[in-house]
Amino acid sequence: MYKIAVLGDYDSIYGFATLGLDTFPVSTHEEAAEKLARLASGEYGIIYITEALAAELKHEISRYQEQITPAIIQIPGIAGNTGAGIAGVKKSVEVAVGSDILFSQE
Amino acid sequence: MASKQITPTRMELTKTKRKLVTARRGHKLLKDKRDELMRQFLELVKENMALRQKVEAGILSANKNFVIAKAGMDEATLNTALMAPKQEVNLEVGQQNVMSVNIPVFETKTRTADANDIYSYGFAFTSSDLDGAVKSLADILPDMLKLAETEKACQLMAAEIEKTRRRVNALEHVTIPEAQETIKYITMKLDENERSSQIRLMKVKDMMLEEAHHYSERE
Repeated sequence: MYKIAVLGDYDSIYGFATLGLDTFPVSTHEEAAEKLARLASGEYGIIYITEALAAELKHEISRYQEQITPAIIQIPGIAGNTGAGIAGVKKSVEVAVGSDILFSQE
Repeated sequence: MASKQITPTRMELTKTKRKLVTARRGHKLLKDKRDELMRQFLELVKENMALRQKVEAGILSANKNFVIAKAGMDEATLNTALMAPKQEVNLEVGQQNVMSVNIPVFETKTRTADANDIYSYGFAFTSSDLDGAVKSLADILPDMLKLAETEKACQLMAAEIEKTRRRVNALEHVTIPEAQETIKYITMKLDENERSSQIRLMKVKDMMLEEAHHYSERE
């Protein structure tokens, strides 16, 4: 049985707590990295992470890319959409096809 | 390849021929796998993109609603209201095998039977904006789960496609030509050996005949 975690700055994620997701507000880089490692090794199947934080933790996140769980999914934070999530989808197309043939015109 | 050290023997030839057959078969299978994976991936990634755009837009508007809700009431009240969530989501992770790629299948269970039972507060001290904000977030949750599933599947499949493509290319451009080259080299070497032994025999026969009948003296 897995649970779902939301990681990010407090303002971006406090709403998710009402839905029954576990929220983990973090502020510093070290704290976030440590938290992510702990969540990923434990009982969490999906970890939603704000784009801003994900940008800082690129290296840590790439480690879980090839595992089935956890799925680390970027979501826009309160500061707005940085486009990192879309870029992630485009990147997987690039990895698979060689170049982005689907979404390059957008 | 001729540059490698190959002993041009019949045994080596048989071995290489067998290797070539296996490589050809593997190449064909892997190519089929790659094509099928690619087809499924392209379908999935389109879905992924659509979901992502939907979820991002949803979260953005939910965030806006929360900001408005937060503005309408003081922080302590808000924190109290959201402190003890009523709902709890449990996740069941299954696996689905798509062309030997294991992709996750997420299934969620909410603690209370009614998935809309999300308001963890009495309505007395909170603004109605908060209800709207919470509702808007709850509405996109199913899409977020779907997004997690497809996005993870896309990542896994992309990695697998890349691996398969490398293998296909390695077989097509290295292993198969190499085996063909080796076969050619060994066949030529064997033919050459055969011809030279033939010549040697003819020569020996000539010499023996000469000794017996003294051909050269007659000329």
